Amino acid sequence: MAELDKPGGGPNDQPADAVPETPSLTKVEQVDAATDESAIAVIDRPAERGEPILQVRNLVKHFPLTQGIVFKRQVGAVRAVDGVSFDLHQGETLGIVGESGCGKSTVAKLLMKLEEPTSGEIFYKGEDIARLSGRALKAVRRNIQMVFQDPYTSLNPRMTVGDIIGEPFEIHPEVAPKGDRRRKVQEFLETVGLNPEHINRYPHQFSGGQRQRIGIARGLALNPEIIICDEPVSALDVSIQAQVINLMEKLQDEFTLSYLFIAHDLSVVRHISDRIGVMYLGRMAEIGTDRQIYDHPTHPYTQALLSAVPVPDPDVREDRERIILTGDVPSPANPPSGCRFRTRCFKAQDKCAEEEPLLAVPAVFSGSDSPANHESACHFAEEKSVLAG
Amino acid sequence: MPDTLTKDAPAPAVEAATPAPDKARSLWGHAWRDLRRNPYFIVSALLIVLLLVITAWPGLFTGASPRRADLANHYLGEPNWGHFFQTDWFGYDKQGRSIYARLIYGTRASVLVGISVTALVVFFGGLVGLVAGYFGGWVDAVLSRVIDIFLGIPFLLGAMVVMQAFTDRKWWMVSLALAFLGWTQIARVMRGSVITVKQADYVQAAKALGASTPRIMLRHILPNALAPVIVVATIALGTYITAEATLSYLGLGLSDPAVSWGLDISQGADNLRNAPHTLMAPAVMLSICVLAFIMLGEAVRNALDPKLR
Repeated sequence: MAELDKPGGGPNDQPADAVPETPSLTKVEQVDAATDESAIAVIDRPAERGEPILQVRNLVKHFPLTQGIVFKRQVGAVRAVDGVSFDLHQGETLGIVGESGCGKSTVAKLLMKLEEPTSGEIFYKGEDIARLSGRALKAVRRNIQMVFQDPYTSLNPRMTVGDIIGEPFEIHPEVAPKGDRRRKVQEFLETVGLNPEHINRYPHQFSGGQRQRIGIARGLALNPEIIICDEPVSALDVSIQAQVINLMEKLQDEFTLSYLFIAHDLSVVRHISDRIGVMYLGRMAEIGTDRQIYDHPTHPYTQALLSAVPVPDPDVREDRERIILTGDVPSPANPPSGCRFRTRCFKAQDKCAEEEPLLAVPAVFSGSDSPANHESACHFAEEKSVLAG
Repeated sequence: MPDTLTKDAPAPAVEAATPAPDKARSLWGHAWRDLRRNPYFIVSALLIVLLLVITAWPGLFTGASPRRADLANHYLGEPNWGHFFQTDWFGYDKQGRSIYARLIYGTRASVLVGISVTALVVFFGGLVGLVAGYFGGWVDAVLSRVIDIFLGIPFLLGAMVVMQAFTDRKWWMVSLALAFLGWTQIARVMRGSVITVKQADYVQAAKALGASTPRIMLRHILPNALAPVIVVATIALGTYITAEATLSYLGLGLSDPAVSWGLDISQGADNLRNAPHTLMAPAVMLSICVLAFIMLGEAVRNALDPKLR
């Protein structure tokens, strides 16, 4: 874990020339924003943190559960995403972690408009793209692209690599003139570390890591500002994961990209992310910089997650407290009242069932200089260091 | 086809020697290169080409008329191998007509019906399946119910009822009747295949790029959903040829002045015990024809799947 840790964790620690136009997105500003009125949820009053490129507000996606064949009757809804809000700043990487089924991938699909949100807003540079369609949406798509989880199914097996990376140019012909496209595709192949000679090969002729590079090249082709990465390395070998992650970091510097990085591997997320959001059952449980989340978690779910991270040092491992959660994740079709985590929480009290904790800086920490001063959706938020070493 | 084979022959040898630089080739380009080396494809393609030539110019293969009945030759069964390309290769039928000449002239009905029904069925059934599978929702609900209704009609019984409506029956009427009842099979296969492919990440990726619906359907879904349809269609082509023969056998397809394998099988079956040769020749011919199309379908399917390469 330690070797993956970046020195300071904040985006300001990156080379200054890498992200020239990034407004300072430091924790200092974050603290300022949250100090005055502590108990107000961010969803009500978007925190000002410089210039967010993507602002997500109260995003909701319910998948209806229906009964009957001809006359479909709605009997309920799977609340895959139930009121998620966050900001993504230019040049930053926002990691989203959470266990399977917590709605991470649905958030990605909603941001890509591959699913229609039930309600909520997605502001890209101040424009609500959740309402866009047709030509206007197509224009926005140029700026938000996606890298998929499974490199074996995300590339059309009947198209050559040249066709796959060149397809964005065919859909958006204004990006590259016709005669130029083949050369551009070869440039992108080179950028992601593939042999440009292989332009006429088919996806099955490449390994998983190489395929994921092809997927990244396709995402880059339109020169987007935001890339949404839905578990981009989960399907790869650990050695290949590092290569792909390093490539993504290199590309971020080269093209000033903002990443929304979805994963369930905490160490990978910590390595690449400037800020991290922890999701549980369709809600954001805690959000903060990587140091705030990893070293000073205040939400019990985050603490439980982090206590499950394997520790290589046996001595440290002995001393460390493990928080073992019992029970399963409740069904998103019928979430618990109040706090969603209360059914598995080791701190749960009556208040948790009655009152829903909002994602906000807990009153205890507001105004303090402590790194625990970040948004956490818990009534009884307290600091607890669970990562050893 | 044999011409192109010989013309292109040196090309693969050169490629085999220098495999390093990849030449730009389309999916069909790759498939064609594979097919040229596949013995099943070569055999079936040669057979089909032969059948097509016979269909187009039956006069090239026999000088005799299929309708010339000489009762002196009644059931003359002995093949006369000495008269190659003569009229009495396979003997004579009940009416004293040359079986060989009837085989040659009967090819046209079978091949035309088989190909035209398959073309109609793949086009309309494929279109319905693609639309139903891709759009889903109420479009799918409506189209699926229509498919269910047609599937409820027994294929042959339905075709018999439809054929009753025609008095002077031509091959294209048989085709229309068979296509009218046969499209559902392809539509169902296509729909299922499209639903599977639609969920693939590369389709999502194309949507995320802002690809239009026609582009997604034609470039991403159709090529990946087509393989099972090709297999089912080629096997079905055989059954359509058989169905035409069956209808003729039952007296509801083509009728006597017309020449068709089904008619000959029908007449041969009546006298199976005393003149088996009158049944054998058209039955074997029908089997060879059906087999050739099924083999071709299999070879094309394998060649179109880059993963099998």
